[in-house]
Amino acid sequence: MTDLRKSDRLIKLGLLMIAFSAISALFVITLFIFEQGGPIMFKYGLKSFIFGQDWYPSEKIFGLWPMIVGSLMVTLGALIIGVPLGLATAIFLAEFSSRRLARILKPVIELLAGIPSVVYGFLGLMFLIPFIRENLGGPGLSVLAASIILGIMILPTVISISLDSIRAVPDCYREGSIALGATRWQTVRMVVLPAARSGILAAIILGMGRAIGETMAVIMVAGNAAEIPSSILQPVRTLTSNIALEMGYAAGEHRQALFATGVILFVIIMVLNTIANLTASRQGKR
Amino acid sequence: MKETAIEVRNLNHFYNRHQSLKNINLEVYRHEILAIIGPAKSGKSTFLTCLNRMSDLIPGARVEGQILIDGQDIYRPEVDVVALRRKFGMVFATPIPLPMSIYENVVYGVRLAGKNNRPELDRLVEDSLEKAGLWNEVKDRLRISALKLSGGQQQRLCLARILALKPEYILLDEPTSGLDPISTMKIEDSLRRLKQNYTIILVTNNTKQAARVADRTAFFLMGELVEVAETEIIFTRPTDKRTEAYLEGKFG
Repeated sequence: MTDLRKSDRLIKLGLLMIAFSAISALFVITLFIFEQGGPIMFKYGLKSFIFGQDWYPSEKIFGLWPMIVGSLMVTLGALIIGVPLGLATAIFLAEFSSRRLARILKPVIELLAGIPSVVYGFLGLMFLIPFIRENLGGPGLSVLAASIILGIMILPTVISISLDSIRAVPDCYREGSIALGATRWQTVRMVVLPAARSGILAAIILGMGRAIGETMAVIMVAGNAAEIPSSILQPVRTLTSNIALEMGYAAGEHRQALFATGVILFVIIMVLNTIANLTASRQGKR
Repeated sequence: MKETAIEVRNLNHFYNRHQSLKNINLEVYRHEILAIIGPAKSGKSTFLTCLNRMSDLIPGARVEGQILIDGQDIYRPEVDVVALRRKFGMVFATPIPLPMSIYENVVYGVRLAGKNNRPELDRLVEDSLEKAGLWNEVKDRLRISALKLSGGQQQRLCLARILALKPEYILLDEPTSGLDPISTMKIEDSLRRLKQNYTIILVTNNTKQAARVADRTAFFLMGELVEVAETEIIFTRPTDKRTEAYLEGKFG
């Protein structure tokens, strides 16, 4: 009896330590980024760092505004492309397709998530970039190209999470609605989607997180010019690309400025997540 | 002579290879309450879903035979199923208000039909809730979520919701099985009042309920219609031994 109780306590302690180490990893990363990137932001002024239009690290001009705008543009673009497509797929698989088709298609869609991002970038470079250059103009490497590639990359996340939440809506809601003379589509629009709202929102948040954090595929198709694009056919550089492209050779204040880029990214993701979570919980309560 | 509203001819229903309704022949008269009693799995609910073709939604289900409404077979291919379902209001065993406000629940079906005139909807909500015997309990909080109501109130809301659609027929599938006696009584009162204007088919596994509200009662067993007659006759001198045995509680 005492032996059992002792081993129970040991296991509890062990699990606590493991859980704590996971949390402390997050804590250490946060501390490290802020410690490395914080001082330089204050040295050159927070305002000029965030809203500065120019990025010339060799001349000690560190303005991140083009990259902030770039990240937000490609993320928004990815959502505009990926969310309607993903949601439509999820609705089709959950409500309209035969069960057999859904059983085949769902794993195939999830396979998309397993493709390395460099492969997406490569495919974009081979097919999408020439297509945009020849048909729409511009250099091809562009906001549009990055948005399309990211839009496809977030599909598995958006589809599988919204599919699960649509399937979790009890069938009795559907039956009740259909018995009231609703068509299938009316039922989906007025009953199923509102009931699955919080899960669908979670799917969009996770997709957004994936899009804003993605680096490799974006570097390959976005063109990476550190200036605010004048149209969606112009090249763009994101915050993540900025770090990945320059970290290899950066030193001194340049290196610190890249860590500061990480700080900005960190804060943006936190803010977006919080906003999304707040909307989700408020709508969930209604 | 009573007017026939629904005529069921040689109705068979299959679920994959299992036959769940066997050669049902039955007439439903206008403005009566017809109760359908019988043990679990005897095909009572299946019979209801055949009437408004909700049975179409179940994969593997198949129907043979005819159901004539106003002389027209509802299983003809050119029938508009959505319009057909609007003629039938259906109340299920578990009250299932949709996840929206009381008001929106009542006008849901009407909105789907394209009506959006605000004063008209307001009148409809009051009228429907009144008929379902719920108006006085909820008139001050029509905007709260319908999921906050008690089980009995939710079930009367489901009744109000179908009344708003002005159906001709009301199908009830064990509407009081999850309710307390007082809520049950309120539903039964509503049904008696509604009989003036609607044709009601009530599936119940509470035989006493059938005795209390139904004009006629049909007894289903293992997918067969054993007998149908005036409620009083079924309960006092049934013609079939099996009906007698069931009513005496010997099985079921």
